[in-house]
Amino acid sequence: MITRTLLRAFDGKTSLVVAILITIAIAVPASNLYLPVGHPLRVPNHFVPLLGKYLTYAMLALALDLVWGYCGILSLGHGAFFALGGYAMGMYLMRQIGDRGVYANPILPDFMVFLNYQELPWFWYGFDMFWFAAIMVVLVPGLLAFVFGWFAFRSRVTGVYLSIITQAMTYALLLAFFRNDMGFGGNNGLTDFKDILGAPLQAGSTRAALFAASAIALALSFIVCSAIVRSKLGKVLVAVRDAESRTRFLGYRVDNYKLFAFTASAVIAGIAGALYVPQVGIINPGEFAPANSIEIVIWTAVGGRGTLVGPIVGAVLVNAGKSWFTGVFPEFWLFALGGLFVAVTLFLPKGIVGALAQGWTALKARRVSARAEDGSDAAPEPSPAE
Amino acid sequence: MDQNHPPLLYLDGVSVSFDGFKAINNLSLIVQHGELQAIIGPNGAGKTTMMDIITGKTRPDEGEVFFAGDVDLTRLDEAAIAELGIGRKFQKPTVFESHTVWDNLELALKKPRDVFSAWFYHPSEEDVGRLEDILATIRLTERREELAANLSHGQKQWLEIGMLLAQDPKLLLVDEPVAGMTDAETVETAKLLREIAKSRSVVVVEHDMSFIRDLAARVTVLAEGSVLAQGSLDHVSADPRVIESYLGR
Ligand SMILES: Nc1ncnc2c1ncn2[C@@H]1O[C@H](COP(=O)(O)OP(=O)(O)O)[C@@H](O)[C@H]1O
Ligand SMILES: [Mg+2]
Repeated sequence: MITRTLLRAFDGKTSLVVAILITIAIAVPASNLYLPVGHPLRVPNHFVPLLGKYLTYAMLALALDLVWGYCGILSLGHGAFFALGGYAMGMYLMRQIGDRGVYANPILPDFMVFLNYQELPWFWYGFDMFWFAAIMVVLVPGLLAFVFGWFAFRSRVTGVYLSIITQAMTYALLLAFFRNDMGFGGNNGLTDFKDILGAPLQAGSTRAALFAASAIALALSFIVCSAIVRSKLGKVLVAVRDAESRTRFLGYRVDNYKLFAFTASAVIAGIAGALYVPQVGIINPGEFAPANSIEIVIWTAVGGRGTLVGPIVGAVLVNAGKSWFTGVFPEFWLFALGGLFVAVTLFLPKGIVGALAQGWTALKARRVSARAEDGSDAAPEPSPAE
Repeated sequence: MDQNHPPLLYLDGVSVSFDGFKAINNLSLIVQHGELQAIIGPNGAGKTTMMDIITGKTRPDEGEVFFAGDVDLTRLDEAAIAELGIGRKFQKPTVFESHTVWDNLELALKKPRDVFSAWFYHPSEEDVGRLEDILATIRLTERREELAANLSHGQKQWLEIGMLLAQDPKLLLVDEPVAGMTDAETVETAKLLREIAKSRSVVVVEHDMSFIRDLAARVTVLAEGSVLAQGSLDHVSADPRVIESYLGR
C-alpha cells in the first residue's frame, strides 16, 4: 500500500522535476570540480554555495506551499522552523571547532568562554555527534510545530488570526535568541565554523557535496510532497482549504489534517535550514525576523502557490533577483520586492507557474479545436471534406 | 420513550439563544427509523439552527438530543457526529469547487477518516463501482471529470446529495434542496429523495409546497423555534395557527 502511494507520487511531472534536480546535483559539482578554471561551462567557486543556498530556500518555499497552497494555512512564521533547523546544525558545527577556536577551549565554543561560562549548558550536550544533531534538526522544528498546531488548530484559530500568531511565534523566538543568556551566541549567533563530518567547510569538494546534498534533499521533499498532494490526504487538505466546515461535516477531523501538514512542513523547513547554515557559514537570530517569513510567502506567491513546482521556481527566481539587485541598487531591493508582490497578486494570481499552466491548457484547447475545425484530427473514420 | 425501540433521533426541550434572542425555544422532535419527514416554517423559524444543533455545530443551552437511543449528540463534535452516520446537506450548496465531481464523491465515501488511512488509500473495485452507481443516480456520469465549480446550481445540489449517499448515513438532513432549481429538477429531486428514504431516515427542510406534496411525507411546522403543528400536509395546512403564522402570509 505504501509502495503504491510512493509510486503515485511519480505521476505527472514529478519524475521530470526529480530527474532535473538529480542532474543538477551531479552537473554543478562536477563542472566546478573537474572543468579547468576559465572554462566557459565551469560553475565558479563562489557560485556553488550561492546556488546551494537557493536550493535550500526552494525547499523552504515548498514546505510553506504544502500548508498555504494546499491547506490554506498562511503561516507567517515558517522562517522560525528553518532557523531552528539551522541552529541545530550550527551547534554541531560549533562543537566541531573543538580547541581550534580563539580561546582554544576544547569543550566550550568561543562565545561561551567570552561570556564566562564555566561549563557547557545541558542543551548543548550531544551536539558533538552528527547523528544527534541530525535528529534534532528534524525533532525540534517538528515538535514546535506539533505543539503550536495542537493548540492553534484545536481552538480553531484560522485565517488572519493564525497568521498573526505565527508571526508572534517567530518574533518571540527572535527576541529569545538575541539574549546572550539563552546560550545560543546572542546577537552574533553561531559562526566561524571549521568543518563538517571531518571535511573542511572551505574545501571545494565539501561545498560541492553540500550543494549535491541540497539538491537531493529538495528532490526527496518534492517526492514526499507529491505523494501527499496526489493522495486522498492531499484532496482532504484542499477540501479543508476551500470549505473547512463542510469537511468537518463529512467526518474528517480537520485539526488532525492541519496538524499533519503543518508538522511535515516544519520538518522539511528545518532540514532546509540545516543545509543552509554550513553553506552560508553563519546562523544568527536575524533568521527569525518576521520579515524573513513574509519573504517566503512572496517567493511562493510569485512562483505559484498550490503547485509543487511554483514555490521552487519562485524561490530561485526571486533570490537570484535579490542577489543581482543588492549588488546593483541595494537600497531599492525592498521596494522591488514589494512591487513584485503587488504585481503578481494583481496580474498573476496563480503565480508564474500557474499562469504558464493555464496558458498551456488554453493553447492545447485551441489547437484541438483548430484541428477539429480543419478536419485534420486523427480520427479513425475518414471525415467528409468540407 | 419506548426503551426497546428508541427512535433514531430524539430532541426534547431544546433551547438555544443568540445574544438573548431565542432561536430555538423548547423544541421537541422525533424522527423514526426509515422515516421521511418534512419540516416547514417561515424564514427565521430556526430550521437551520435545529440542524446545526443535531450536527454539533451549535451547542444547545438546554435540552436533550439523543441519536439511536443513547448517544448524546450534545457531547460530540461535527466529525464524530458525521462518523455516527448523520449526513447533512447545506442550504447553500457546498461542494468542493476545485475538486472534480468524482473526487468530491470519493472524499465523501464511507471509509476510515484518519490522516494515514487517507494517505495510503487506493480505491478498490468495489469503491469504484459504488461511486459509479451514485454518479448514475445523481445523473452526473457524463461530468465525472468536470470540476465541481463548473456545474450548474441544480447539479451542485445533486452532487451534494450524491456525497451524502456516498457517506451512507443512517440519518440525512437536507436543508432547502430545491431552492433555485427548475420545476423539472424539483420533481426529479423529490423522486431522488423518496428513493433515498427507502433505506434510511431523511429530514427535509423546504419552503416549496408542491415539492412537499411530491415527497408525500409527514410534515412538522416550525415557528419561532418550536413545533407548531404536525401531521399530513393537508392536516397542517388546515390548522388555523399554521395559516396565521406561515401559510397566510
Ligand atoms: N450564529 C447565529 N448567531 C446569531 N443569530 C443566529 C445565528 N444563527 C441563526 N441565528 C438567528 O436565529 C434565527 C433562526 O435562524 P435559522 O435557523 O437560520 O432560520 P431558518 O433556517 O428557519 O430560516 C434567525 O433569526 C437567525 O437570525
Ligand atoms: Mg435556513
